[in-house]
Amino acid sequence: MVTRSYMSRREVEQQSFSIPVAVFVPVAAILLQVLLPRMMPRLAILDLPFIVTLFFAVSRRSPIAGTVTGGCIGLLQDLLTNQPIGVNGMAKSVIGYVGASLSSQIDVENIGTRALMTFVFSLLQSILLYLIERRLLGIAGFHLQWLHELLRAVVNMFVALPIFLTLDHFKHRE
Amino acid sequence: MEFLTRFKNALFLILALLTQAIALAVQVRSPADPGEPDGPKVRLIRMWSMATVTPFERAAHAIGSGLHNTWSDYIDLGHVRQQNADLRQQLTRLRIEQAAIAEDALEGRRLEALLAFRQQYVASTVAAQVIGSSGSEQSRILTIDKGWRDGLKPDMAVITPDGIVGKLRDVFPTTSQVLEINDQTSGAGVILANTRIRAILRGTATGRAQIGNLTADSRIKPGEPVITSGGDQIYPRGLPVGTVESIAPDPDHQPYTAIVVRPAVELDRVGEVLVITGTQSDLPAIAQQDLSTAEAQHAADISAERLPGLQDDSDATGATPPGAPGTTPPGTAPGTTTPPGPPPAPITPRPLPALHPDRYTSGATPPASALTPGAPITSTNPQSSSPPQSKPDKPN
Repeated sequence: MVTRSYMSRREVEQQSFSIPVAVFVPVAAILLQVLLPRMMPRLAILDLPFIVTLFFAVSRRSPIAGTVTGGCIGLLQDLLTNQPIGVNGMAKSVIGYVGASLSSQIDVENIGTRALMTFVFSLLQSILLYLIERRLLGIAGFHLQWLHELLRAVVNMFVALPIFLTLDHFKHRE
Repeated sequence: MEFLTRFKNALFLILALLTQAIALAVQVRSPADPGEPDGPKVRLIRMWSMATVTPFERAAHAIGSGLHNTWSDYIDLGHVRQQNADLRQQLTRLRIEQAAIAEDALEGRRLEALLAFRQQYVASTVAAQVIGSSGSEQSRILTIDKGWRDGLKPDMAVITPDGIVGKLRDVFPTTSQVLEINDQTSGAGVILANTRIRAILRGTATGRAQIGNLTADSRIKPGEPVITSGGDQIYPRGLPVGTVESIAPDPDHQPYTAIVVRPAVELDRVGEVLVITGTQSDLPAIAQQDLSTAEAQHAADISAERLPGLQDDSDATGATPPGAPGTTPPGTAPGTTTPPGPPPAPITPRPLPALHPDRYTSGATPPASALTPGAPITSTNPQSSSPPQSKPDKPN
């Protein structure tokens, strides 16, 4: 199957989203993240805000926009927890920045690339959260369960693909 | 200038991270008010975000509850009869257990009074529904639909009939956040029920409840119940916490052991909770009434056990005393019951007639005034027969 994924640099820079989409989708992701584990506790392994952060970062292809998007989503996520505000904000800022920087180098429209990218970035976020909790906040009892984090990365990878395909419809290419 | 233009993206990221790191440091370092987990500004921001999210959580909860109630109240009724029978059986069992422990409870209260120990009983609670969670595995937080307008305050204990859930963290006007006992910032004073060892229960980053301040002790076994000690001034004493699941050396804190406790409450699935809004040193009125009833029943049981032969004459012959409620006296039409009359005269306890009377049977011996020295004893009891006489052995 041939996937037409080439876009000119001009097209790359003109990808954008309408304001309602840019606001509603992250908020909806955070709401679903709060509600879904209540209905099915195993769904707590999902990280919908992370998936949305990655999607907007690689779609806009602007590191600054990616940093802002990731920071805002992460901070909103922190507000609903009992953690200090900024833990998820910092982690997702880095995710947004790296994702946007990488998107101008590789083909992020390909499904395989998207899957691999989601998997790797999910692990990267786990490492970032570990460093922030363990080193920055000094929580000695915080351990990284690698098997669980691998499982989380796989689950997020499979969930991200249909979400990416759905959100592709909201892109504006002028 | 060229440097800024060339590295503007990286500089922006550094600035964003630096800002958030400083914010983190301020939050961690700044002393919060007593009883408040966050500083006033952070609390305000959290309150705004909660106010934004809560309506959606309430709506989702209302829709979910409506669907569930419709299904369970009108459609899925097949198991109700069996459930009713099970509950009746459970109620009977609990009544028997209650009577059995009433004496222990009274003894405990007497000892507490002797030691001037002030036990705290749950006096008042507020029922609440869980409407949301934090959405993060690093933060074990529940959102309930009651706030300070309902009388809730931070650090109030949150329980279910199965055991403790956690305590209130942030309390907003109409909602509150419950910090579960398995959160890494949570803690509770507990007692291992069998060994009576006091310990501190803490949550871990992986969502487990763990006791980590005890050294290895061979008496502690998996399956041992864990209850609250009351020493933390949050959870009243004696509430179920869970059971010991595993015991292993703690690699981070040698020579202590990591005792993992399985919570008594399914924290992931808890739907309705009770917030303890008040405690008192005396038993609540209803509990006192139950205890009195159980005590009376227990005393009656002991009397019946120790004096099995003492009963009314009419009982001895198998007849029911006339005038007893619910009976039909002679001359009354069948099917009618006598109204409750004046209370019957006090019953004089008498022993049951002996199955095999002998000279030692009560009433078989005449009074001493009627006896003649040297004369054979004749029984005065018409029902009693003469004592069995042993035949003299004849030689063969």
